[in-house]
Amino acid sequence: MHARPRTISALLVALVAAVLVMTGSASAYAAPVSHVGESACQKPAPRNDDTIHIQGCLTDLREKPPKPVPDVRFTVVDDQGKKVGEGTSNASGVFDISLGKSIDVLGNTYTVQLDKGSLPKGAALRNPKQVALKVTPKLSSDVYVTFPIGNATAAGAGKFTQALQLAVGGLVFSLLLAMAALGLSMIFGTTGLTNFAHGELITFGALVAYGVDALPGTITIAGTNVTIAVSIIVAAIASAGFGWLNDRALWRPLRHRGTGLVAMMVVSIGLSIFLRNIFQYLAGASTHQYSQFSSPRPWTLGPILVTPKDVFIVTFSTVVLVLVVIALQRTKLGKATRAVADNTALAAATGINVDRVVSVVWIVGAMLAGLSGVLLGMTQGFDYQLGFKILLLVFAATVLGGLGTAWGAIVGALVIGLFVEVSTLVIPAELKFVGALVVLIVVLLIRPQGLLGKAQRVG
Amino acid sequence: MDWHGILSQSLQQGLGPVAAVYCLAAIGLNIHFGYTGLLNFGQAGFMAIGGYAVSSFVATWGLSFWVGCVVALVATALLALALGVPTLRLRADYLAIVTIAAAEIIRQTIGSVTLLKYFGGQDGLQGFNQSFASLNPFSSSVGIPGVVSWRAYDFWTLLVCWFLVALSCLMTWALMRSPWGRVLKSIREDEDAVRSLGKNVYAYKMQSLVIGGLIGGVAGIMSALQHSAINPSFFATDTTFFAYTVLLVGGAARVLGPVAGTIIFWFLISFLDLFFGAATSGVNPVIPASIMDGNQASLMRFIFMGLALMLLMIFRPQGIFGDRRELALDAR
Repeated sequence: MHARPRTISALLVALVAAVLVMTGSASAYAAPVSHVGESACQKPAPRNDDTIHIQGCLTDLREKPPKPVPDVRFTVVDDQGKKVGEGTSNASGVFDISLGKSIDVLGNTYTVQLDKGSLPKGAALRNPKQVALKVTPKLSSDVYVTFPIGNATAAGAGKFTQALQLAVGGLVFSLLLAMAALGLSMIFGTTGLTNFAHGELITFGALVAYGVDALPGTITIAGTNVTIAVSIIVAAIASAGFGWLNDRALWRPLRHRGTGLVAMMVVSIGLSIFLRNIFQYLAGASTHQYSQFSSPRPWTLGPILVTPKDVFIVTFSTVVLVLVVIALQRTKLGKATRAVADNTALAAATGINVDRVVSVVWIVGAMLAGLSGVLLGMTQGFDYQLGFKILLLVFAATVLGGLGTAWGAIVGALVIGLFVEVSTLVIPAELKFVGALVVLIVVLLIRPQGLLGKAQRVG
Repeated sequence: MDWHGILSQSLQQGLGPVAAVYCLAAIGLNIHFGYTGLLNFGQAGFMAIGGYAVSSFVATWGLSFWVGCVVALVATALLALALGVPTLRLRADYLAIVTIAAAEIIRQTIGSVTLLKYFGGQDGLQGFNQSFASLNPFSSSVGIPGVVSWRAYDFWTLLVCWFLVALSCLMTWALMRSPWGRVLKSIREDEDAVRSLGKNVYAYKMQSLVIGGLIGGVAGIMSALQHSAINPSFFATDTTFFAYTVLLVGGAARVLGPVAGTIIFWFLISFLDLFFGAATSGVNPVIPASIMDGNQASLMRFIFMGLALMLLMIFRPQGIFGDRRELALDAR
């Protein structure tokens, strides 16, 4: 078919407009900050002077409702190490340390230190390394700090327990990675496109959910706040639509005019840069969190801690992944998808509507990516680079499992996700992504077709 | 709006040292992608190795700058070999993924706290360019009055950069009209045909990867010298994509493509930046703050750049000066 520049540019404009509309609400509202776990606390009464205080409230999160922890000593030092103030938590767990007049305080950095020896017996900081917090007062209002108290985790325990605890985090991460990787792999399998803009599909999901979440008011069903659940559903639907639009407006016209795969890869890079900056334009550069983003009391499972959120994410993503894989194996459309992936020309010759199949693949693939974005945002918060940052890990997972195979992407993601988290036992956490990327290169060296890929010529 | 100021500053950027650095990076990519068809998405990695080899040699170990330059070139060549061995036998998209991953590995490792004492972490290194700066023959700013003007050090780096660009272009021209260059171009067109003629395709690709990588390494060194500092953010993934855009604007597989590309690209990028900057600043901005504020204005150039890269690849993959027949961009 001949190139139809005008159609393509018209569709491009439509694509831009759609992005603008769908994420439009994201920039308008700021995320409400929640202080879950501090509900037992009574903030000190507001003062009417020009001083800045550092305040906080210590509660033992193992109790329900959280029990205040009294008599814990705090010291505040400035950036030269000079002591500025000290305080002790009172009967309701509250401490309140004055720093002085706001004019002297603003912009300086202070370190709040907790005296570990003054904690009651049996209690420990949830994060044992976090005995000191750095704060930089920027507004002339009091600074509120938190030191979650509960059972000591990771670093206090043995190597094996640490590994188990990290594996829980790794499992959550790898299932989210698997959803993104499955989408990428399906799209690659049917169209041959190495989509560098896949990361933006992930971010898109997170942004739409944030947009819904930030709308004023909450959505309740029978008294339960279900805003976040509604956000997830809306994000999934919007992502599916966005995927369809991607294909319809950009990739299908390009396929029809016979654009080469390398050229399409470069186009996807352009699209990635374009969308990423549009996202930043709309949502700003800061990290966002959902309103129900909280760290509720974790459940103790033997030696490890599991939060209800982890359980929800693991269950939800497993169900989604299993459904997609079953659909690929069993349904007529799934079989058609695999036929197209196997041999497009032959599939077309047997009467399969290739364009329709590819459309469906884009819809499902983008929906998976969007869902993974929302859930990633729920675990760690997100910014406009959420998807871009993990894009290479998604690639690593897909290549590791074998480009274009459905099971491969999932297995690859499990390996990469677990590896990323558990490897922090031996390598510094800042280098955990590096480790995964090294694995990617090593796998290509030994087994280029990936773990589950068919041994075929890939050169 | 100060049109004269905007235009003259844009021109200054289009001819300035940054444009020249990207031109060098794009010349390297031209050898990889334009002539051999290798999809190297990790040019930033080559640049990082080059730049950091020089700067850490001087700033961390206190050795000679010139020894550092030699080591930088050797290190980039080694990187090319290390990347080429596993991937050059594979399909084009594998090379793309591996090179982009390698570039990220290098950037994140260099910027890590673990190696802080050697590479300065996220803050990078400074104060390694005395040997280079001491050769600077200019003592006051240079330029055409009322049109462009550069500070003395900027003009010196600019001169050296463009000299290196000229040298690289000459080398590319000489190489590509040689029998060796013709083999490279035929590899790009049809690898199997070349193989059937008894040529060692793998060796040719490796040589191309090393030569293009070396030019990338030089670009990294010049980037560090031009900023008088170095830090990991210079070598983010987007740096590679900027270089690709420069190459594609001018036209791949043309000796002077990157030169024309970089001047046009940086002129337009600076123009957009300055234009939107001016349009959103002041008490009564041309574009109301509710639509676009200063931060958003600084994003406009990237939005346009992404769009330009897409449209260019779709409608004019040969760039401004390229030859469409020569450039059959396809992997398989």
